[in-house]
Amino acid sequence: MATLQCEIVSAEESLFSGAITLLSVRGTIGELGITPGHAPLLTGINPGAVALHLEDGSEEIFYASGGYLEVQPGFVTLLADTALRAEDLDEAQAEEARQQAEKAMEERNAETEFSSAAAMMAEALAQQRTLEELRRRSR
Amino acid sequence: MAVGKEIKNKIGSVQNTQKITSAMQMVAASKMRRTQDRMQQGKPYSDRIRSVISHLANANPEYKHTFMEARDVKRVGFIVVSSDRGLCGGLNVNLFRSVVKQMAELDAKGIEVDLGLIGNKAGPFFRSIGANIVAVMPDVGESPAIADLIGGIRVMLDAYSEGTIDQLYLAGNDFENTMTQAPTVRQLLPLDPADDDAYKHRWDYIYEPDARQLIEGLLLRYLESQVYQAVIENGACEQAAKMIAMKNATENAEKLIDELQLIYNNARQAAITQEIAEIVSGAAAV
Repeated sequence: MATLQCEIVSAEESLFSGAITLLSVRGTIGELGITPGHAPLLTGINPGAVALHLEDGSEEIFYASGGYLEVQPGFVTLLADTALRAEDLDEAQAEEARQQAEKAMEERNAETEFSSAAAMMAEALAQQRTLEELRRRSR
Repeated sequence: MAVGKEIKNKIGSVQNTQKITSAMQMVAASKMRRTQDRMQQGKPYSDRIRSVISHLANANPEYKHTFMEARDVKRVGFIVVSSDRGLCGGLNVNLFRSVVKQMAELDAKGIEVDLGLIGNKAGPFFRSIGANIVAVMPDVGESPAIADLIGGIRVMLDAYSEGTIDQLYLAGNDFENTMTQAPTVRQLLPLDPADDDAYKHRWDYIYEPDARQLIEGLLLRYLESQVYQAVIENGACEQAAKMIAMKNATENAEKLIDELQLIYNNARQAAITQEIAEIVSGAAAV
């Protein structure tokens, strides 16, 4: 089966490097599925889960809070702002982040604060979605 | 016996200095491990983004950012990464020397130079030679944050966008191993396309959502990450150089103490011999 070399790096560490058959990610204008032979593409990504289908049919899930995705015919590079292995995501932390974001949005008094709170909220929700996804698959 | 009191004092003070240098050596060794780890962690990201950017420079986007277009060089900018503190051997001096050499070469061609300086050590040096300094980012500390550097980077990038400078270089020390740190000057702007035949044909990315926005964001992140990585790497170099410098200082102190001890022993022995000679000659006279 044709494969694609995939690298996921964040500013702190290299998270994944290896052959995959499919990468699915939430791009700035919608869900993307990258398979081998995809045309060269450069896009921003939204906070959310990054799912990789490995050669042996297993699946790995990461969480990225934003960044850029480069696709070349033979390989794909994900430059994440902050990325985590989904297993490392902490449910309690994600919930706390969401509540904090909610509170920040309620107490907003300036437009700039609102936008930063909204970004916080989007991130927290994306984390929770990733966790749900992970739970659903492991069932 | 008052013989060699000054020498004894001298030995004591050298020993105290030695204690300090050996303590600093150990501190530098433990910090070096930490800074090296940080450097290794950041490396994959900065390498990857560099390769993405070099692909981008080879592509033929519908939108050409000013950062991607080479133009006639009348004035260039340097971002010089130095350490915050001294006592690290020739680390800073070697780097400054290679920057000054390049500045002299450019000057001979009638090209002027603007400097953006990172770290405490660069400021006094370049001020003393009367260079044109446009941005200073002192006190980067041991765990620098990108946020501390953004302001200074911005100044240089704006100068480039406005056409004040036509090229931008990044000068810092490359960490080769604990013993060697090599001063290097790398071109940041305009982007240098990678020499890779696989990308020579005419092609372009699909951009989502929009080439301009995407390229701008990506370029800014690229430049920040390159400068940040250079600062981190220079930090690792600083600790390594400091460790070596302090190791040498400790060894030199040891040598100095040995020499002084020899002089002291000689003087003491001479005094004893003289005293005995005096007693003997006194007894013979009786």
